[in-house]
Amino acid sequence: MEQLKTIGRELAMGSQGGFGQSKEFLDLVKSIGEARSKAEEDRIVLHEIETLKRRISEPDIPKRKMKEYIIRLVYIEMLGHDASFGYIHAVKMTHDDTLLLKRTGYLAVTLFLNDDHDLIILIVNTIQKDLRSDNYLVVCAALNAVCRLINEETIPAMLPQVVDLLAHSKEAVRKKAIMALHRFYQKSPSSVSHLVSNFRKRLCDNDPGVMGATLCPLFDLITIEVHSYKDLVVSFVSILKQVAERRLPKSYDYHQMPAPFIQIRLLKILALLGSGDKQASENMYTVVGDIFRKCDSSSNIGNAVLYECVCCVSSIYPNPKLLEAAADVISRFLKSDSHNLKYMGIDSLGRLIKMSPEIAEQHQLAVIDCLEDPDDTLKRKTFELLYKMTKSSNVEVIVDRMIDYMISINDNHYKTDIASRCVELAEQFAPSNHWFILTMNKVFEHAGDLVNVKVAHNLMRLIAEGFGEDDDAADSQLRSSAVESYLHIIGEPKLPSVFLQVICWVLGEYGTADGKYSASYITGKLCDVAEACSNDETVKAYAVTALMKIYAFEIAAGRKVDMLHECQSLVEELSASHSTDLQQRAYELQAVICLDAHAVENIIPSDASCEDVEIDKNLSFLNSYVQQSMENGAQPYIPETQRSGMLDTNFRSQDQPEASLHGLRFEAYELPKPPVPSRIHTASLEPSTELVPASEPAYPKDTHQVATVPSVSDAGSSELKLRLDGVQRKWGRPAYSSSAPSPSSSTSQNTVNGVTQIDAAGSVISKAHKTNDSRKPRVEISPEKQKLAASLFGGSSQTEKRSTSASHKVTKAVSHAAGKSQAPKSAVVSNQVTVEKTIHQPPPDLLDLGEPAVPSTTPSVDPFKQLEGLLDPTQVSSTANHGAVGAATESPDIIALYGKTPASGHSSSAAISLPTNGDGVNFTAGLLDATLSTAHAEQLSV
Amino acid sequence: MIHFVLLISRQGKVRLTKWYSPYTQKERTKVLRELSGVILTRGPKLCNFVEWRGYKVVYKRYASLYFCMCIDEEDNELEILEIIHHYVEILDRYFGSVCELDLIFNFHKAYYILDELLIAGELQESSKKTVARLIAAQDSLVEAAKEQRSSISNIIAQATK
Repeated sequence: MEQLKTIGRELAMGSQGGFGQSKEFLDLVKSIGEARSKAEEDRIVLHEIETLKRRISEPDIPKRKMKEYIIRLVYIEMLGHDASFGYIHAVKMTHDDTLLLKRTGYLAVTLFLNDDHDLIILIVNTIQKDLRSDNYLVVCAALNAVCRLINEETIPAMLPQVVDLLAHSKEAVRKKAIMALHRFYQKSPSSVSHLVSNFRKRLCDNDPGVMGATLCPLFDLITIEVHSYKDLVVSFVSILKQVAERRLPKSYDYHQMPAPFIQIRLLKILALLGSGDKQASENMYTVVGDIFRKCDSSSNIGNAVLYECVCCVSSIYPNPKLLEAAADVISRFLKSDSHNLKYMGIDSLGRLIKMSPEIAEQHQLAVIDCLEDPDDTLKRKTFELLYKMTKSSNVEVIVDRMIDYMISINDNHYKTDIASRCVELAEQFAPSNHWFILTMNKVFEHAGDLVNVKVAHNLMRLIAEGFGEDDDAADSQLRSSAVESYLHIIGEPKLPSVFLQVICWVLGEYGTADGKYSASYITGKLCDVAEACSNDETVKAYAVTALMKIYAFEIAAGRKVDMLHECQSLVEELSASHSTDLQQRAYELQAVICLDAHAVENIIPSDASCEDVEIDKNLSFLNSYVQQSMENGAQPYIPETQRSGMLDTNFRSQDQPEASLHGLRFEAYELPKPPVPSRIHTASLEPSTELVPASEPAYPKDTHQVATVPSVSDAGSSELKLRLDGVQRKWGRPAYSSSAPSPSSSTSQNTVNGVTQIDAAGSVISKAHKTNDSRKPRVEISPEKQKLAASLFGGSSQTEKRSTSASHKVTKAVSHAAGKSQAPKSAVVSNQVTVEKTIHQPPPDLLDLGEPAVPSTTPSVDPFKQLEGLLDPTQVSSTANHGAVGAATESPDIIALYGKTPASGHSSSAAISLPTNGDGVNFTAGLLDATLSTAHAEQLSV
Repeated sequence: MIHFVLLISRQGKVRLTKWYSPYTQKERTKVLRELSGVILTRGPKLCNFVEWRGYKVVYKRYASLYFCMCIDEEDNELEILEIIHHYVEILDRYFGSVCELDLIFNFHKAYYILDELLIAGELQESSKKTVARLIAAQDSLVEAAKEQRSSISNIIAQATK
């Protein structure tokens, strides 16, 4: 690029009037350019808007003048102001006959309008006409507009013409038609699904530009459905080969590279096609190898292609030679001075590490450099890499680093991201309970408001269920250390609400469990929390429920309960609260305290949050009540589907014709479209109508289907009333699916951990100590960086074990790695021994062995261990009230059911006499409470 | 996919914006403010990529002008850098050693050229020659139309071109 030749240019512009623009316009641009501040700029633009508004509506404006006004509108809009008053004029301009004006009109509308704008309907006709034009430039302009403006509803109007244009004589038109079709596919796959074969045909177009454009839609199609395109592997490979051999016209060369953009796209497609497919991959090896060799690594574009090659190699079935070439490229990237290349290097390292874990070791120092680089982007990329290579041996270092970084940044989006990663890693690889709790505390303290509520619920579940082993001592230890750390942290100001909720819940559940703290101490703390966040009703609700639990446990244990004075005043205050939820909780608390020990034990059994809740879906326990009411002359219950039959038919009749009349609909009046939002609602509502809590394993799958398959959701929605949907959604909490992903993932994690833990602690302790001791001195001598490197990569042998344990050459890899990284000679033998041993042993519970610090700090007594309670109904019933209240206002039958619920909670013996978990409680519980969902996850990630 | 293209001057002034994904005017303003804050303050030696709200923004500075493109997480950043350069080369050829002022006063032409290069957020043409030929064809039609009307200012404009 050349430098500015400012002055001369400006003079020239001023005198000539640019390329035929009026002085007025040039003045505008100039004055904006000279504006010293944003305020000044805004003033100028507002003035301009006034002028234009006045002028543009004058009658009989010459067309050329109009064109300039439109361009001025574009300018205003570009500067971020609203020019909507002029949109209609831009639309009008597209109707003009001369290309000059038409083109300006199209440019303006594509810049002004999104595809959901009302004015689009006025352009459809013009576009249709222009697509038929003899002048290919007009067709091109129209196709540009098609790509931007046509939405799902107007696609059918354009489709036949666009398809016809695929065979146009001008390649520019064919190319744009392909892209338009691609756009249609993105917006509404079903509308063009029958035309997909056209893309295949165009792949053989004799114009390379058209062929290159075709790769875009093909890439999308292959991403979704690999199998139907396997036959194209050979074609793609041969195209790529030809491109690499410079068979394309010279004009496609870019910086001496033959058509690099096409090469990159082809490599992307090959990566998809070859993934996990040995046969397809074998076809590609030669050509990819050729590209590796031919690429000019001194130019940026060459590196872009090389990077794509690495991505391809790491995706297709592994080939040792190509992996080697990829590793070379990566090391070149990492050694480069350019930050861009370093960034790409880190990225590709993250890709290749899955294939050949040992590669990270060579680059440890380069990675550390990137981690400490002042460049934020590079740093984040490196964290991503570290995240990928975390294992139990280096989790502490990595998570600590991540948290430090998390604290230092302000970018909320990334903070959320990194916080959830920390949590994930901590859950997967935590070396000890104590560390885990401390880490979670830090994450919550600094990013509590940003992390997903699910994370908090997971944490509660984890504390409640322990780490999944049948070791009550360890579990109670975990709880004690949690309680301890929370009591320590609770006094700090400005803790995030989510964190306080966790604290309250844990203190309520386990605060007095180990007998270390008295009930009055804990309740005092809880009252402080409730007082400190007088604005946060959720925290208050958690705190009150926690209070109730503590008192209940006290009563059940036969101790006399003295309510603290502050506690009493809190409860009194809340029983007059504006929030019905808080009120109910307060009354429940008061009611529970008046009961005798036996009854209390039944309502709130201790340590029962993990028990499964059986749900009586038919609500059969209500039968006698219903019977009684009917005898007293009540109306029988009519199922919702039948009751709202009228509504549904209406609803459907709106829906169906829409599909059948699709071709014509865009010309008819637009009907309001209910189905789109209702789909989402059904997804969220489905479970609650069935009253199935998250425990039901089918649930996550169901919602998924509902969300993706429209037909299913339509059927589903017919069972529901529309109005209800909105309500549910408003009141429902997102916490629902919390257990959804965990079962599948945690099993795999467990097995992984089984292996990784083994080498952390499977060795006889003394031996482990020995190796540690012998490693330390070496580390301490070396500089800071190497230390970090060692802690990050030192255990890289373990990754190897982890990944190769599944493959066939376990022992070889393991012994090799063990020998390599655990430098001391004596350790080699011992490690081999331990490894062999551990392969035969079932994975023992080793969590605490690995961490000597914990046992000393926390007492391991659990007086409540023997209490095999069930779920914790108070927690459930009271939080569930949100949902119950919300639903109740809308639907009568839910009110009827709801009428039952309070009974279980406040006052009277009705619910208490119900067997332990009153079904009424469970019913509402199904609606909302996350603790409930926590109760059901079978497995925990360590 | 490219979600949007921005041209921002070193002072943070907007020179060109093209949105391939739907954004409301309010969102656009916010995006511009956020990104110009991030990009303009970055040092010269740092990498040309910024991770931003789950997307990546690739930018490159030419003289006093920053060209930025927002892409998906899995896209190839180096390729995007070259697409930017490709665009600049075409602009350069069209305007004859282009400078910021060319773009300031002829932003609509910059849009036309961009429309021949990118469509629906994808690179549609990687041959400079083809793009140049298309733009020239459009311009010649425009010129012909202008001649017909034969206004004085048009004649001057043509003569000076």
